[in-house]
Amino acid sequence: MKISTREVEYVAHLARLEITEGEKEKFTSQLNDILLYIDKLNELETQGVEPMSHAIGVTNAFREDKVIDSIGTEQSLINAPDARGEFFRVPKVID
Amino acid sequence: MDFETVIGLEVHAQMLTDTKIFCSCSTKFGGTPNSHTCPVCLGMPGVLPVLNKKVVEYAMKMALATNCEINKSCEFARKNYFYPDLPKGYQISQYAYPIAEHGYVLLDVNGEQKKIGITRIHMEEDAGKLIHDEHNPVSYVDLNRTGVPLIEIVSEPDMRSPEEAADYLKRLHEILVYLEICDGNMEEGSFRCDANVSIRPRGQKEFGTRTELKNMNSFRNVQRALEYEIKRQQYLVENGGTVVQETRLWDDAQGATNSMRSKEEAHDYRYFPDPDLVPILVDDAWVEKIKADLPELPLAKRERFVNEYQIPAYDAGVLTADKTLALYYEEVVKLCGKPKVASNWLMGDVMRFLNEDKRSIRECPIKTESLAEMIKLIDEGAISGKMAKEVVEDMYKTGKSPQDIIKEKGLVQITDEGELIKTITSIIEANQAQAAEYRSGKEKVFGFFVGQVMKATKGKANPQLVNELLKKMLAG
Repeated sequence: MKISTREVEYVAHLARLEITEGEKEKFTSQLNDILLYIDKLNELETQGVEPMSHAIGVTNAFREDKVIDSIGTEQSLINAPDARGEFFRVPKVID
Repeated sequence: MDFETVIGLEVHAQMLTDTKIFCSCSTKFGGTPNSHTCPVCLGMPGVLPVLNKKVVEYAMKMALATNCEINKSCEFARKNYFYPDLPKGYQISQYAYPIAEHGYVLLDVNGEQKKIGITRIHMEEDAGKLIHDEHNPVSYVDLNRTGVPLIEIVSEPDMRSPEEAADYLKRLHEILVYLEICDGNMEEGSFRCDANVSIRPRGQKEFGTRTELKNMNSFRNVQRALEYEIKRQQYLVENGGTVVQETRLWDDAQGATNSMRSKEEAHDYRYFPDPDLVPILVDDAWVEKIKADLPELPLAKRERFVNEYQIPAYDAGVLTADKTLALYYEEVVKLCGKPKVASNWLMGDVMRFLNEDKRSIRECPIKTESLAEMIKLIDEGAISGKMAKEVVEDMYKTGKSPQDIIKEKGLVQITDEGELIKTITSIIEANQAQAAEYRSGKEKVFGFFVGQVMKATKGKANPQLVNELLKKMLAG
């Protein structure tokens, strides 16, 4: 196995996902298959090949530093699950 | 035990752009909460960030000013974590391929130059602001700051004392402000610093376990927090304890650092290249263009002031600490031609007035022409140095020219020989006994005569001229 149930639990926790015991098993097996497939790619000779992070050849896509009107506080808060006055409201977080 | 301190600093500097790093919302401080927001910085699904070119150019400026190598290719990465001030669930930052690396800043440590290495400079977006409710278990989120451009400047662990750390910070701050890419306001958070600090027995090669200090919003607090933390670590080690790797918050009121505790699990940010943002390629022509645009930097200016104006290194340091002050000084020197005298008046009286009123040189009511004119008037003997003290204070209070003040106050120095000779003659006549004493060798009496002349002229006589004339006339 390339990946353990414990690692699946860890990744799920990092993503704040709650998964059932059954799902844990299913995902462990699926993720294992994916990683095995990635292993196949490792068989390729990549010496001297530059790492690539993007599939398209575009570079240097820039924007000029010009202000465009924002959508405003009211519009910004309109989809919020909870808001108060001009603020989003969330359960208390202290780090 | 003799310990050595090891300090490395991470500085976040807010770039002085008009818009955010990935969208066209304003970066202005203090707007109505959540008013400078749009679907991009709110983290709505389906939106695409587009990079502000100015942020790249500003980062390149800082890189060149701190002797970094600019990478020919760099890219953005996602730093994943959940926090309400980060609406997307990840911060766009740079990880494996930052814009610049391998630089340094020069410090003056006990008269010797010391290089503090810069590991890397990278671009990233700021997070929002949280306000915690004091009575209810809720927090309020303002996303105006979300997406405001930052550069992070990471130093090597090259500093060996809190003083060196504070000095390095001041140098970085100075460079950023000189480049006009950051306003440097520490209280509003435009310039923030986290410190990594550890101790080790002197001579030991390996680093000790470090702690990370946060929440220090002034140079002084950075130094105080480091001093406290070093003492805390030494106490621990000397009493059989061990330093735990953790983040600690500086508490200004308490004058202590406290553990942030809660984060029991190690950070796992799962960085990966952001697919929404294409790589940035920087060619030599672009670097050259930025280089040609760089202003004279503080260190170079300091050296030039010492050489060109023949002023002490200390003076040059004070005068160049602020670009506007340096400009003010140079204008005064150009107008009066007296570099050292100008430095004395500026660093002495003028800066004292400004400091007392917590004003910057930008708000100085004394025009450069006025200060230069006053220096000329002293040089010409029109007013004495003592009178000038009065004049400079009045110039500061009223913004008037020295000529006007001198006229209003009747401060004109008597440099007319004929008038002084008349005064002195009558004083010698009225004090024959003292004059005889002087002639018989009692030179102390000379001071008495100077005093009498000054009294008679209400202090307006040119002291040099009085001395000269008195010597001649008393000798008979």
